[in-house]
Amino acid sequence: MHKELMNKKDIDRALTRMAHEIMERNKGIKKLCLVGIQRGGVYLAERLAAKIRQIEKKEIPVGSLDIAFYRDDLSIRKEQPLVRRTEVPCEITGLKVILVDDVLFTGRSIRAAMDALTDLGRPAAIQLMVLIDRGHRELPIKADYVGKNIPTALSETVEVQLKEEGFEDRVILMKSAGKAVEHAQ
Amino acid sequence: MLNKKDLLGIKELSAEEIILILDTAGGFRDVLGRDIKKVPTLRGKTTVNLFYEPSTRTRTSFELAAKRLSTDVINFSVPTSSVVKGESLIDTALTVQALGADFIIIRHSSSGVPHLLAKKLRASVINAGDGINEHPTQALLDAFTIREKKGKIKGLLIAIVGDIAHSRVAKSNIYSLTKLGAGIRLIGPPTLIPSEIAGMGVQVFHNMEEGLKGVDVLMMLRIQMERQDKGFFPSTEEYSRNWGLTPDRVALAKDDAIVMHPGPMNRGIEIVSEIADGPRSVILEQVTNGIAVRMAVMYLLSGFRR
Repeated sequence: MHKELMNKKDIDRALTRMAHEIMERNKGIKKLCLVGIQRGGVYLAERLAAKIRQIEKKEIPVGSLDIAFYRDDLSIRKEQPLVRRTEVPCEITGLKVILVDDVLFTGRSIRAAMDALTDLGRPAAIQLMVLIDRGHRELPIKADYVGKNIPTALSETVEVQLKEEGFEDRVILMKSAGKAVEHAQ
Repeated sequence: MLNKKDLLGIKELSAEEIILILDTAGGFRDVLGRDIKKVPTLRGKTTVNLFYEPSTRTRTSFELAAKRLSTDVINFSVPTSSVVKGESLIDTALTVQALGADFIIIRHSSSGVPHLLAKKLRASVINAGDGINEHPTQALLDAFTIREKKGKIKGLLIAIVGDIAHSRVAKSNIYSLTKLGAGIRLIGPPTLIPSEIAGMGVQVFHNMEEGLKGVDVLMMLRIQMERQDKGFFPSTEEYSRNWGLTPDRVALAKDDAIVMHPGPMNRGIEIVSEIADGPRSVILEQVTNGIAVRMAVMYLLSGFRR
């Protein structure tokens, strides 16, 4: 039971548009750094960086951030989240960091990501890019760049499937709680 | 997934569980390399170090691991506690639990003490060395170090040299490294290698030169001076002559072989300084990795759900 919300082309177009928005809003890519949240966000950050490089003909640093140690639900989850690597290739103090995630839902992952990031340094600013905003925020958090806004019911789940993880690129909405529940942090 | 309350030994772990701990430790190793070497992961939890045997490095390592996970730490060292007034082991442990401990790190000279406490307590019990049984976190940090240096463990040839019979470090390492697919050679005098050990899937060598030929990893054990007068070996001089690690002996191993030692070292007896401080030695990295591995163990145990 699922419905396709975005296909390969839709995802690619959304990323192209957001790459332009990021450069427009920041007047280029000087002092910018992209940081993807493990795991889906990391692939999207890399794709976004590739687009920016293509357009600007300049390098932009890309990193990955694991938020397991900063989650607020460690004592209530059924099992501990897998710990993945945090690799931020540049000194983030003084840089504008664009956090990249696949689905924005309660906002709790982003809260954890901001805590993780500020333990690495003091960025000049943090901006947020998400491929999907599905609503239902539990914290005062808002994305700066959104691929697609999708109104959802709490019982539904949104899953971003990417070719880097062995899928065909697409975003699907599922009626019953499925695998995508993990995005809800 | 590691749905366990306690870490009592490597014997009880599967290869998958060991690999999960090593992978998790990688994330904590990253944290230890930063300016802010602390994460809020276990905020509000309490760790008690209950050490019935002297230890500096293991206790300090657990203390740092617990602090870097943001737990509060209490060190209960036996000579200053009520134990000298005759309090029983179980009573002490129950008292510690009543103080609000979530993690109890226990070292004891009797094998099986952590297992006994684990049954009696709600808190997570981590074995920091029990008698001649196991020292699981040492084996995990050794496996982590080998994997980091060699990129893998499967198929490696690993020599463990010295007093195997009385070594909980050797025992935990044999369990862990055989589960992970390495070949193990035990090297030492017949008095220090129990004959039943061949049943653990290892090769035994009573000649150091033969045993070291072509190995990828040389793991030296501490010669336990307190056993010197029990007749297991004639003298430290003779031990050093037959089983001490020297440049000539290291040369028998593979060109890129690494040298390990769990510490504390008896320099000039089981290992000469030239090797201990040389380019092949990963002994200090073992110490740093120990903190990351212990953080990983505490993190994973805290996920236990009844």
